This record gives sequence, C-alpha cells and structure tokens, in this order.
Amino acid sequence: MSEFHRPLAGSSIRADARVDLLVIANMVQPGSRVLDVGCGDGTLLRLLSESRNVDARGMELSQKGVNDCVAKGLSVIQGDADSDLADYPDDAFDYVILSQTLQATYHPRRVLEHMLRIGKFAIVSFPNFGHWRIRTQLMFKGRMPVTENLSYAWYDTPNIHFCTIRDFVAMVDEIGAGIERGVALNRWGSPIRFEAPWWVWNLFGEQGVFLLRRKP
Amino acid sequence: MTDGARVTGQIAAHNGLTVAQGEVESPHSLIVRFSQSDPLVMDSGVTLAPLSIAYQTYGQLNADKSNAVLICHALTGDQHVANVHPITGKPGWWDTMVGPGKPIDTDRFFVICSNVVGGCMGTTGPASLNPTTGQPYGLDLPVVTIRDMVRAQAKLVDYLGIDELFCVAGGSMGGMQVLQWAALFPQRVFSAMPIAAGARHSSQNIAFHEVGRQAIMADPDWEGGRYFNSGKRPVKGLAVARMAAHITYMSDEALHHKFGRKLQDRSAPTFSFDADFQIESYLRHQGSSFVERFDANSYLYVTRAMDYFDLAADYGGSLAQAFRGTRTRFCVVSFSSDWLFPTSDSRAIVHALNANGASVSFVDIETDKGHDAFLLDLPEFFATSRGFIDAAAKARGLPPAKDALRQG
Repeated sequence: MSEFHRPLAGSSIRADARVDLLVIANMVQPGSRVLDVGCGDGTLLRLLSESRNVDARGMELSQKGVNDCVAKGLSVIQGDADSDLADYPDDAFDYVILSQTLQATYHPRRVLEHMLRIGKFAIVSFPNFGHWRIRTQLMFKGRMPVTENLSYAWYDTPNIHFCTIRDFVAMVDEIGAGIERGVALNRWGSPIRFEAPWWVWNLFGEQGVFLLRRKP
Repeated sequence: MTDGARVTGQIAAHNGLTVAQGEVESPHSLIVRFSQSDPLVMDSGVTLAPLSIAYQTYGQLNADKSNAVLICHALTGDQHVANVHPITGKPGWWDTMVGPGKPIDTDRFFVICSNVVGGCMGTTGPASLNPTTGQPYGLDLPVVTIRDMVRAQAKLVDYLGIDELFCVAGGSMGGMQVLQWAALFPQRVFSAMPIAAGARHSSQNIAFHEVGRQAIMADPDWEGGRYFNSGKRPVKGLAVARMAAHITYMSDEALHHKFGRKLQDRSAPTFSFDADFQIESYLRHQGSSFVERFDANSYLYVTRAMDYFDLAADYGGSLAQAFRGTRTRFCVVSFSSDWLFPTSDSRAIVHALNANGASVSFVDIETDKGHDAFLLDLPEFFATSRGFIDAAAKARGLPPAKDALRQG
C-alpha cells in the first residue's frame, strides 16, 4: 500500500471514495483551511473534515449538489470556478482543490492562477489525455476516445479543455508555480513509480494529481 | 358592499382602543421596559425613551447561555413565532421552522423573538404614548431604521444576560436585521441565517412601499396620522397598501396556477367593477384581514426602515467591509421565484462574505412560491436549514438533537 493510499482514520466514507480523492486527502495537512472547488456531493469535504480535522469549504456549480451538501452540514456555496474565484481574497486558504474539474472550465489557466492566489497550495487532479488507451483509440479507430473514466460523446461532453500530464506540467511552468508533489495513477488507481520518467507517466497514467505551490 | 365597509376597524378587545394601543397597554407577551435613563440612541440623531420591547421566548436557556436563537420578524410579522396568535387565533408565523423537533428545535435552543421598534404588537411604536404630550406618538415617533431595531434587540439580549447568540435568523426584513446584527455585533453572532433578503432595499422595492404609504396617507381617515383621536381608522388605505405589497410576495407563475383568469362565484363577467376575478377577491380578502391586526402608522414606519436599509453605504460603499474579519458562520438562503429579493441579492451577500474568507453556505431553493416561500412548508428549505443549524450546534459544542442521540 502506497503512502497515498493509506486508510484515513476516522472517516466513514473511505470505502467508496474515488481513488484520486484519497490521494488528495493525504496531501492535505491536518488542521488546515481548504476550499474544494467543484465539490460535487461533498465526498471529499466530508473525508477531509472527518479524517483530517480540516476547516473545509466547498463551491459547486449544480444547485442540487449544493443543497445536498448544506443539508449534510457542509459549508458550501453555489458558484462557478470560472467566475466566482475572483471574489476570494489572497491567502484565504491553505489549500484550494480542484478535483476532476479543470478540464471542464472555460479558462483553466486563469482558474489555476486564482487557486494559487487564494491558497498557499493548489491541488489539481485531472484525466490524462495522453494515456495510451486514448492515443490508440484516436489512432486506430479515428474517433474521439470514449473510455470508462471519460464516458461522454464528443458532442455532449462537459470536458472542453483536455490536456495530457505533460501539457499540465508545461502550464504550471508557464504560470511560474512549483510542483511540490505529483502522482500519476494507473487505471487501477495505483500510483506509478515516482522515479519513472515523464513519458511513462504520460503514457500509463489515467489521471494526474498534483500538489502545487506558488513561487515566491 | 365594499371591503372597506365590511371592515370594522381594529377596534375590539380593548375598550375602543386599537389593537396596537391595546398591545401597548397590556401586551399578550413578555415585556421589558427601559426607563428614561436608558434610552435607545437612534440613527436619526435622537433618543427614544422610555422604550418597551414586547417579546416571546420558547425553550430553555442553558447554564452557560450558549443556546439562544434570536428570530427577527418581517415587515408585518411579530413576536408570535410559534404560538397561536393572540389577535388572529392563527398558528405562529414560523411554527413550521420553530418548535420541538423542528429545524430551530425548541427542545435544544432558547428561542427569542421581539416585536420591532415602530411595530404595533407592544414594542414602542407610533401607538405608544409620547411622554411629552401624553398622547400616542403618531408621526412624532422618530423615523426608525433597521439598525435601530437591532440596537433595541441588543438591549433585550443584554437584559436577558446573553453575551453571544448561537444563531440569528430571519426572512425578508428579518433577514436585513440578521445582516445588520452580523455587521454591528460580529462577536455576538455565532451563526446567521439571512433568508430571502438583501443587503439593501432596491429602487423597485422602495417604489412599491411608496405606493402603499401613499394609499394610507390618501385615506381621509388617516388624518395626518392622528386617527386615534377620531376613533376612525384608515382601513381602506391600509388595505390597498397590503394588496399592493401582497402582489410582490407571490410569483406570476404561482398566481397563474392558483387563480389564472378564473371568475369568483360567477360564470360570466358582470360588466362592473365588482371582484369578478378570483385574484381580485383574494387580494381584497388579504387587505381586509390585514387591517384587523395591523396599525397604519406602524406600516409607514416599518416600510421606511426597510427603504433606508443599505448596509454597504454604512461601510464606505463596500459590502465586504461590513463583514470584515467576521467569524460568524453564515447560511444564505434565496428562493428561485422571489422577485422582491431575487437570488442575485443573496449572491451579492455571498460574494461579500467570500471576500472576507467567511464561512458561508448558500442555497437557492427551487420553487414557484415567490418571496413568501420562506414562510411555507418546503422540505428542501427545512433540510438545508436543519443541516446548517446542526453543524453549527456541533461546532458550538451544543448537544445534538434527541433523535440523533437515540439513533446513535
């Protein structure tokens, strides 16, 4: 069991949590202040507040998701990563998290810049469009890839800004942020060996999870 | 017979006095009286003394006085939140939200609600005696603001020996008071629920209020606010004011579903100005029943208080400044079909709170019930309220609900 997968003591929802959420939760220091952008039904927020004693807040686009979260006692507002992060002051949080949402934003780079302004750290997980299955689908079928993780047809997908792990790393570099930690998860959710070269991550990682730090 | 003629005025229980005057003399509530030496300092630059505050409480205050919830009532509401109303005999205006096992659980919390300054259910208002004349104030009462109402409530909370309120909650004008509490006394408000409210009264809202006030003042029986001398009441004007306001509390969609163009007890139009349509009959009923319990001068004062409310203006034009450094936990609630305080008003509050990194939840409840939705039985509204209050209670170290204890 890797350090990223160790069970989270005290949490009631570990068993059915998405793998990337467990990896993210283990990147967060206990007792810190966290904003989860695109928090969905609040799974990660609950994971963090139950297992890591975190002051966790959420923002979610769907009103139903928001209302469900608030009914569970979570501190969540309806909002859009593209437009509503601008309201938050600098350094309001220790961590700003964007899990599996970056590819659905209109302005991924601007969103990431806001995250690094609002939080000391940003944690981003995203599907890797450079995974070999996606490459082979495009190459041999000649059609837009549809996989288990990315199950939408091209015409109704909310995912409008796909990138590969290498693309993401390049953008982080352009923004001038530092990669504190990075993990590529294979299709079974296991991390690929850390010392593997980038091209291995980019080919065999189904998703990337990165802990970023603002450059001073 | 017109509705105005059917209305006998508010003269009933108190030997020829209005309901408002009766409540001043012998209120159906607890009452605290602050003497001349303990005046209310008002935004208009004057002081008000003596000051009476009529209030209701429910539940028990705990030993360390940490479980008090202050409910702030709306324009035409009063302190009778969760008991049968002494004048109308109807259930309390928020007994769906407040009571044993309800989201604001009177088995766990000590709930306080007081009649606002300028009101007509026992707190000092235009029907109270002006100490300098020995006559009811009428329009000699100083103009009241939302902040004046909140300062008066703070005097009551002080009198009850409570430093910090666990929660301050209210809808519409009550929500304005919640925001004012959070801005004025941030260290005294652990959690806050402004519901169907805004941080300022819009131009359109002021316009509707002005229509109502002009209707009252155009009624010859109003007599410049001194109607208590003649024994008459400006019931026609007050009823029209209520009718106009009541339209703003409902959505077009709900009106269409409820009434459409349906006729009232007839199969064809009468080619007259009788209440042919059901909606006309409904509004006339709303107007005539309202004047039985509400005072026309109070209506002028309390609508004015709402008009003057602009929280950002008090903080250099920045709403974010009003909540600077706040540690209060907020739950902002709006209703999708509310056009009096639209969702965008609530969103502006949320933006200002976010700008302070405040702890804030924001739910917009999908409903066609319009502004009055906050008074109605909406399961999603109660579920989110319960979730917020329970989480805040846990954070405050208050024990969980009895049901939760039984379950686990």
